[in-house]
Amino acid sequence: MGYSRSVKVTAHLLFICVVLTLLCGSNGEIPQKPTSGGTVLPPIKPAGGPQAFPDAEKENMPVFTMDYSRIQIPFEITLWVLLASFAKIGFHVYHKITVWVPESCLLITIGLIVGGIMHSVHEEPPAVLSSNVFFLYMLPPIVLDSGYFMPTRPFFENIGTVLWFAVVGTLWNSIGIGMSLFAICQIEAFGVQDINLQENLLFATIISAVDPVAVLSVFEDVSVNEQLYIVVFGECLFNDAVTVVLYNMFNFVADMPVVEPVDVFLGVARFFVVGLGGMGFGILFGFVASFTTRFTANVREIEPLFIFMYSYLAYLVAELFAISSIMAIVTCALTMKYYVEENVSQRSCTTVRHVIKMLGSISETLIFFFLGVVTITTEHEWNWGYILFTLLFAFVWRGLGVLVLTQIINPFRTIPFNLKDQFGLAYGGLRGAISFALVFTLPDNIGRRQLFITATIVIILFTVFIQGISIRPLIEFINVRRTNRNLDTINAEIHCRLMEHTISGIEDLCGQWSHFYWKDKFMKFNNRILRKILIRDSRAESSIVALYKKLELQNAMEILDTVAGDISAAPSVVSLYEEKNNSSKPKKKFKAVDLKNMHELLSKNMYKIRQRTVEYTRKHALPNETQSKEILIRRHASVRRSLRPGSFQTTVVPKSHKYFSLPAGQGLDSRFPLKRRSHAGDEETMSEVAFSSGRRRFGQPARSSSRAMLPLRRLDTLTEAPSVDVVNERGRASDGAAAAVPRTSSSASDSRVPAPRRRPGDGSPGDDGNKIEEEPQQPASPPPAPWAPEPRDPQDNAARNPLLRKPRWSPKKK
Amino acid sequence: MELQPERAALPADQTGTDHVRREERAPREKISLEQIKNLRKRFQQLSGDEDRISRADLENIPALANNPIKKQIIDAFFDKRNQRRGEAGSVHHIDFQQFLMVMSHFRPPTLKTTPEEKEAMRMEKLRFLFNMHDTDSDGTITLAEYRKVVEELLSKSGDMGQEAAKAIADAAMLEVASTNVPHMEPDEFYEGITFEHFVQILKGLEMESRMNVRFLDVDTTTMRCGKMKS
Repeated sequence: MGYSRSVKVTAHLLFICVVLTLLCGSNGEIPQKPTSGGTVLPPIKPAGGPQAFPDAEKENMPVFTMDYSRIQIPFEITLWVLLASFAKIGFHVYHKITVWVPESCLLITIGLIVGGIMHSVHEEPPAVLSSNVFFLYMLPPIVLDSGYFMPTRPFFENIGTVLWFAVVGTLWNSIGIGMSLFAICQIEAFGVQDINLQENLLFATIISAVDPVAVLSVFEDVSVNEQLYIVVFGECLFNDAVTVVLYNMFNFVADMPVVEPVDVFLGVARFFVVGLGGMGFGILFGFVASFTTRFTANVREIEPLFIFMYSYLAYLVAELFAISSIMAIVTCALTMKYYVEENVSQRSCTTVRHVIKMLGSISETLIFFFLGVVTITTEHEWNWGYILFTLLFAFVWRGLGVLVLTQIINPFRTIPFNLKDQFGLAYGGLRGAISFALVFTLPDNIGRRQLFITATIVIILFTVFIQGISIRPLIEFINVRRTNRNLDTINAEIHCRLMEHTISGIEDLCGQWSHFYWKDKFMKFNNRILRKILIRDSRAESSIVALYKKLELQNAMEILDTVAGDISAAPSVVSLYEEKNNSSKPKKKFKAVDLKNMHELLSKNMYKIRQRTVEYTRKHALPNETQSKEILIRRHASVRRSLRPGSFQTTVVPKSHKYFSLPAGQGLDSRFPLKRRSHAGDEETMSEVAFSSGRRRFGQPARSSSRAMLPLRRLDTLTEAPSVDVVNERGRASDGAAAAVPRTSSSASDSRVPAPRRRPGDGSPGDDGNKIEEEPQQPASPPPAPWAPEPRDPQDNAARNPLLRKPRWSPKKK
Repeated sequence: MELQPERAALPADQTGTDHVRREERAPREKISLEQIKNLRKRFQQLSGDEDRISRADLENIPALANNPIKKQIIDAFFDKRNQRRGEAGSVHHIDFQQFLMVMSHFRPPTLKTTPEEKEAMRMEKLRFLFNMHDTDSDGTITLAEYRKVVEELLSKSGDMGQEAAKAIADAAMLEVASTNVPHMEPDEFYEGITFEHFVQILKGLEMESRMNVRFLDVDTTTMRCGKMKS
């Protein structure tokens, strides 16, 4: 194990490091300013040297002991991870830095600083990064992360190009760079004649692993076209696989004194066995994982575990047979994602995503961090000629490769890559974590290991810093074709589907089988067989319906957020007691007219789908949607809490007065006892209803007369695993009174138009729709003032929308 | 290539002197001769070596059977609006020229396509989609028309799909209304989606990668599909 090489005396140093990071991190200081840390630290270090541990205790009963060696390894790892995480916090305080300087640059910089400190005190870095540790523990999370968050549809649409660039491109780079470097080695002036061809190829393989994390986030920010994005994304993923395969092969070959032609053929054969074998294992484990999650409904708490264990198992088994483990874990993730996410509960899904993201980014952070440290602390062998030529060749071959390979692949693409895209592809070829890890784990029997490490570090630093920083301005300057990937509207979704069907129809008409044809066939196979086997509740669901549900959820959540936010911000929570006092006052009455208007509005106000940009799968940030879903669940719980029967007794009615600001008149409370029974019986439904009505936007008078102004049918989207902490809720029921607003509104709307909301299938929605269709021109009566705030007009809104704007409102109540 | 001259449909902007060349080039513009040959072959297979294709010929294509919007696709071929001659209404038979004309909506851009041309192609494709919605050719997509399309799209999802279709069409319609006419008077009424609004709502949508077909040589596959049809 690599740990054994670990230096025992690093503990105190690590403490210092943590202190340093705390300084950097918590103060939000720009990491490039090491001055405080640099000057403060040396004095802290005890002059006594490494002997910081008391071993001078007597043999009798020790009162105080310290057994550092026992905890050393996990302890140091924890500290390093902490250190790296603090660094991340640090430079996310200033958000502008990460826009212009990629995160990897900052991490390396911090690593350099820490390395500098370690070097100045003559410490060695812990040799955590050994071959085994890297391949068994650090690499899997990184690739799982990429594989799991790979945008599936664009990937499969471009799979040919992706594989073309990943496989052939990597081979091209490796062989091209390797050969050219070998040629350079023949020049005596450089003094590197002892590097043979195999070693050159090995080295070339290492530095052809591109790692465009930094580029991807730039691409996302400027939203370059989908094709370019996915090709870069996919290339980095599969190119890792190819690189590792080649690396192992050349590593093997590098030992051979003579390479026979037959070895070359065997190598090629092995290449395919390794790649396809990995894919096979991945698919197998992916399906097994999906199948397993079919039965986890009763063990929600360990659900996420299956996903990790199966992916890791795929990785390990592939490693066992020495086939491409990266391929295995990536295909496993791709295969199971779709099925697993439908099987597991919402929370497990969130957990899975979070943990995958977390592990992946920690792994990568650590590698970059070590890169910085090692750059300073390791012994370098500097050879101007070799290193500069390496840089040159890496650059030239990448560019050439993209140019040539694009020319070959373009005739097969419906949308060819133009020169700008090609530039993006070529320039996006940053080298990163994988290259470094591979070169650092080179076996010692490679003669010029030091030189290789140095050259790799140089090339990583060069590409990450120079290209990484300059790519954003360049991409913006040359104005690469852009795509708005985030068009998350129902219309867009409908038309995407419409276009897909149209094209597959046209292709059928032409008798062509292109990928739309295959997609069609696969979807059919998927719906008929795979889903039935792998998914518990295997109703096929159109992507339109899915998007619709998603938007519904988002909207519900937002409404609730606003309401709940107001509640917490406004005096209501603080002055709960005051509330209760108020409740004893004579209740205000609602006027019948107002009630009627209210109902009308509630039934007519459809939820508003706005154009909203949901973040694309980002390498280092979870997609927005997951976060919002999580929030939703919490809100959901809090709403339900407020819906406990007991909680309405005193506070709800005044509260509702307050929120609806209806003039005194006929009482709303007459309806409450009636409704309460139903809540008691089925809170689940109730909270759903609360959502459905709460989500309705108030005041869209503009649309209230349009034909589209129909109540939405419920799609049963808001059902959730009934795992809310019921126990706590009882106790806090009264606290939640404030949150009962949505419920109140729902009860109001519900009493009028209960059917369309609650039971989508009972036919009344149809009536509703037809009625309006029959008399489409009939203008709806303009809603009364308090009910018709124009959502786009903040002033109006504040004044008139009681649900959304609380502060104006509380004075009214009093 | 037996293109019938009287059928030569010239897009409005195409006014050339080289008339005979035009006739051949007009519908295809960027479709190569080879592709036309491929399509010609396919056309003959579909029509049973006749000059014209009827609706039934297309309806019998087995591969199309599972397409949820089969009807709309076939209708599009017999829709005069897609012939770019400014006429409305539908025909019962189309010849190869007309067939090509419809197909030409799906030609992909090449590296030489200028941005203006791309924009024009995009508009063509949008117009094609719009025509698929607008079944009564009155220039607007009404809610009923929209609903119908969504229902067909979801028709494979069972009852749930039918239920959802209405709601989704309604929501989509509302979305159109709110993006295009943000400040409507309370008694105003959103008639339906006009083409301008249609373009507006799909403004950011990537179409280039979705609405293109490469008319490849279809020999082997065509044989199978073509034979199966009868």
